[in-house]
Amino acid sequence: MKGVFAAAWLIARKDFTIEARSREIIATAVFFAVACVLVFSFSLVDEGRAPDNVAAGVLWIGISFAGTLSLARLFERERAHDTLRTLLLAPVERPAVYLGKLLAVVMLMAAVGAVLLPFTGFLFDQAVLGAAPGLAAVILLGIIGYAAVGTLFAAMLGRSRSRDVLLPVLLYPMSVPVLIAGVRATSALLDAAGPDWAAARLWIGVLAAFDVVFLTLALWTFEAVMEE
Amino acid sequence: MGSIALLVAAAIMFAAAPWMIMRAPQESTMGLIQKIFYFHVPAAFTMFVSAFVSGIAGAVYLVRRSPRAERITAAAGELVVVFGAIVLLTGPIWARKAWGVWWQWDARLTITLVMWLIFVAFLLLRKYGGPGSEPLSAAVALFGMANVPFVYWSVNIWRTVHPTTNVVPSLGPGMREAFWWCVAAYLLLYVALLAARAKLEAQRVALDELHFEIGAD
Repeated sequence: MKGVFAAAWLIARKDFTIEARSREIIATAVFFAVACVLVFSFSLVDEGRAPDNVAAGVLWIGISFAGTLSLARLFERERAHDTLRTLLLAPVERPAVYLGKLLAVVMLMAAVGAVLLPFTGFLFDQAVLGAAPGLAAVILLGIIGYAAVGTLFAAMLGRSRSRDVLLPVLLYPMSVPVLIAGVRATSALLDAAGPDWAAARLWIGVLAAFDVVFLTLALWTFEAVMEE
Repeated sequence: MGSIALLVAAAIMFAAAPWMIMRAPQESTMGLIQKIFYFHVPAAFTMFVSAFVSGIAGAVYLVRRSPRAERITAAAGELVVVFGAIVLLTGPIWARKAWGVWWQWDARLTITLVMWLIFVAFLLLRKYGGPGSEPLSAAVALFGMANVPFVYWSVNIWRTVHPTTNVVPSLGPGMREAFWWCVAAYLLLYVALLAARAKLEAQRVALDELHFEIGAD
């Protein structure tokens, strides 16, 4: 068990090293997410004022769009040099490969979230600081659920045709519960009358349950599928 | 041969259904529009049965790699889209009369739409994913099935206005027979279509292999 996590960490560290040198994915994903938030602001803001309660939705749309972008780029890099096959041939347990990639995706998306949360708070005048630990937990849990499904799908789409468009096509309907629960929990914490912890806890429960079920299913599927 | 017999039986049941529905008493508050219920609910029921058949067959395929399980995953996934389309077309017609709007973000409506979208994505993957996309499509069917309680749960906390399932046991005499008749007709049609579609898929695969053999020479 310890070996699995050590190997997963090694695989994730490989992606961090590449990313630290080129900063390709992180730079493009963050800029893309910021651009998304701006586009949504332009379409929602009326006479210089944003309607109430849209900040959470805009934030999560930015995170999920940037998520598909990071997933696609991260696996495109493996595909371009045919290194995913090499990874799968490595003498480590199969789940380690999945967990390593998942960790890399979660870190990338978390970096996007860390930029996007204050940015949407700033644009939509939300009290982000008041509930910062709760918001961080909600975003992290949402990202894990999204990335758990996304990493599996992106890995399996590997070399199939039209994979760029198929990834979002498959991932968006599948991650509807993450989006609903994430948006609801975030807007409960950003409530104008102070954070509504009771509602947030309920939604955090939904997110945590989703994470556990889909992480387990994805690990099982990855092992079953990547045999050959 | 078996699937043809089933199709004929289903066709006869569907031919008799309008007569049974006509004879069933009018619902006192909703009147004529309530009759859509006899097609809407059985179609929804069949759609969810099909989603579970596809998800379970997908899991079996992932473990055993049996071509038969793959064919059933594909056939059942396609039928989710067919029956889902019936549900999503008949529902708003009723909702417009009963609620005054075509659509509501209710748990049952949302789960039906999300399931339908997942299986449309499943079909897109099978059509445009190219060779080797079978394992992923099996995983999509399995994940789609696992997603049902989550979407349902999350939207249920959100809001619910759809008539609950308690409506079914409370149906009056005349209505009850017509309703179960329609459920049976839909399920019979489903089994017949599933068998026919799985057989077609087997023939398609055999044809592909034949083309491959000829091409290899």
